[in-house]
Amino acid sequence: MSRPGERQTVRKTYKLFIGGAFPRSESGHSYKVADARGAFVANAAMASRKDARDAVSAARKAFAGWSSRTAYNRAQILYRVAEMMEDRRPQFVEAVKQSEGLGSRQADKVVDESIDRLVWYAGWADKITQVIGSANPVAGPYFNLSSPEPTGVVAVVAPQASSLLGLVSVIAPVVVTGNTAVVLASHAHPLPAVTFAEVLATSDVPGGVVNILTGPMTATAPWLASHMDVNALDLTGATGLVEEATAWEEAAADNLKRVLRPPAAEPDWYAEPGLDRMTTFLETKTVWHPIGI
Amino acid sequence: MVKVPDTATPTPSFDYAPAPESRAIVDIAPSYGLFVDGQFVDGQGRAFKTINPATEEVLAEIAEASAADVDLAVRAARRAHTRVWSRMAGRERAKYLYRIARIVQERGRELAVLESIDNGKPIRESRDVDVPALAAHFFYYAGWADKLDHAGLGPDPRSLGVAGQVIPWNFPLMMLAWKIAPALAAGNTVVLKPAETTPLTALLFAEICQQADLPAGVVNIVTGAGATGRALVAHPDVDKIAFTGSTDVGKQIARTVAGTSKTVTLELGGKAANIVFDDAPLDQAVEGVVNGIFFNQGHVCCAGSRLLVQESVAEEVLARLKRRMATLRVGDPLDKNTDVGAINSAEQLAKIRQLSDIGEAEGAGRWSPPCDLPATGFWFPPTVFTGVTQAHRIAREEVFGPVLSVLTFRTPAEAVEKANNTPYGLSAGVWTEKGSRILWMANQLRAGTVWANTFNKFDASAPFGGYKESGYGREGGREGLLAYLKGASA
Repeated sequence: MSRPGERQTVRKTYKLFIGGAFPRSESGHSYKVADARGAFVANAAMASRKDARDAVSAARKAFAGWSSRTAYNRAQILYRVAEMMEDRRPQFVEAVKQSEGLGSRQADKVVDESIDRLVWYAGWADKITQVIGSANPVAGPYFNLSSPEPTGVVAVVAPQASSLLGLVSVIAPVVVTGNTAVVLASHAHPLPAVTFAEVLATSDVPGGVVNILTGPMTATAPWLASHMDVNALDLTGATGLVEEATAWEEAAADNLKRVLRPPAAEPDWYAEPGLDRMTTFLETKTVWHPIGI
Repeated sequence: MVKVPDTATPTPSFDYAPAPESRAIVDIAPSYGLFVDGQFVDGQGRAFKTINPATEEVLAEIAEASAADVDLAVRAARRAHTRVWSRMAGRERAKYLYRIARIVQERGRELAVLESIDNGKPIRESRDVDVPALAAHFFYYAGWADKLDHAGLGPDPRSLGVAGQVIPWNFPLMMLAWKIAPALAAGNTVVLKPAETTPLTALLFAEICQQADLPAGVVNIVTGAGATGRALVAHPDVDKIAFTGSTDVGKQIARTVAGTSKTVTLELGGKAANIVFDDAPLDQAVEGVVNGIFFNQGHVCCAGSRLLVQESVAEEVLARLKRRMATLRVGDPLDKNTDVGAINSAEQLAKIRQLSDIGEAEGAGRWSPPCDLPATGFWFPPTVFTGVTQAHRIAREEVFGPVLSVLTFRTPAEAVEKANNTPYGLSAGVWTEKGSRILWMANQLRAGTVWANTFNKFDASAPFGGYKESGYGREGGREGLLAYLKGASA
């Protein structure tokens, strides 16, 4: 109950993040987001098929520039994201408490780990090529080098339960190697993702490199799965949706998207990440040149 | 630079006497069964004929593996994986692979002759490329078998289990090697389906496995056509699918395995651009262009089927290309002088003819050197299309034959734009003397292999595979091994 003379808070409008801007859904639809106890928190934008396609266009447009940045530059930008998150730490702690119903200590741990995960992945930008690339000793007078390159535009269905740590853990490995991403945030807990988008927008990440949609999976995931200008599909967040995930994987075959299948249960996001989330969205290019005088 | 007169197309000034390789070295049985659990067994399905595409002579009757046959082969492979192969020390597995490599070298000429008879490729290629590559892959991966801890997945990586492998008819032995060698080195067992039109050398390889005392069930060969392949891909007890072939079938496979836990590598079609800049050594470039498209009758997924030539040298390159094409000898695959052999099948010949006719109908200029084609068998002359635009079907679709489309460009950026304007991304070629331009082009081209001042080179240690709709996963090198392994914690 408000009393006369009491200051009212300025509430935030939670919008989509496409091409570096924060539009509402072109559909004009939104949906109610509740906190962990079920109380109303905000209306989030309900992304439509058109929003998903706009996001793919933005991601495609950003790909050439982002993938041709130096690895050192991408590393610094991802590290900058971590800096900005640290700066807005209390806000993320509150967001996670509210969304996932975590206590203070657990929420602290989630935010710590999210920031540290970004720092970990940032460091990979200029190391992954040396770890998985190779100089090949071919049987002939040829210089022969294999190096990884980003696959292109990756559509990511983010984890449904872990709205921040899970989100960061699926976005960072995709973009650190030079891919661009269209990310569908947790349906029930989208607000940390929108706050994360605000961090991205102020962290020197070029517009379109990460695009974040909010809303139900079924409204956008089928269109991303069948979109012919999407090169890969991460279905990590489709855990438990066997029928849907299978249909999306089938649709992805139309242009042979690289697909990361959903795990049987949501992963333990505190576990050591490994390289798979990066290597799944990398292509190996092998270059030959004769050696001679 | 010597100017080549572009008025006439000179014919070769001398002929070659026939130099046929003897086929007495091969012994083709009237009929063949399947190779399952270490034995040749009768199939439960029908039989089909395999023919010599150069003569249309029937070579043998081959069993068409039914779904039940495939099931028996998968069971044999599973037993061999569980009981023997995955438990064997890596250094012992290695010895079997080394042994196979050595027997392949010992029986190299026999393998080459049989490959040329069943496939139609020139003996010069089967002898100098296919069979040496077969031996090299087994030798290379043999050495990995006891070094898996260093493959990059941490200590004690594990094999995936049973691999179902489906290979095409263009490089029957080489594709078999690309599939079987890394699978076995990593501790998997395999069920391999060779192509319908080229089963004979895979069956001879089965005999080599017997000579090497390879444990029963580690390698199983099921012959057949599409239905056999589908049964293998859909088999619930197959853990890994490796396929080389058309993009259409690759997409069907990707749909079939959706929602399963099967891992897949797909090596599919291509429409490679071979890009010639005006500063390139033109004779070398023309050699590379000819090798890029006429090697193996153009039955090559990574063939340089689109020549992108810089406008300022287009006329000169074309004149030199035509002069070089006129010296190509088309004919008997077993003749050691033959450059271009027989088209692998009547079906493929019809497809090449159809797309070439469409090329003409769409307005491109068609040219082939005068060449006498044999009266029987399947033949298509080396052909070049000029005045091709990016909208032409011959510039967009994989012909998989000795047919080259010529397009021009003015700037490097335009070359990149045109080269990448395809759903495929298997390979590309760049010809220029300028080093920085080579590296810039190599960065820009969206293709799994970029050959600079060379083309169509392969090696057991070099990863090969596509971007985009040319498939996913790599074969060759350490990466080719990883496609058959999982980390200890997985």
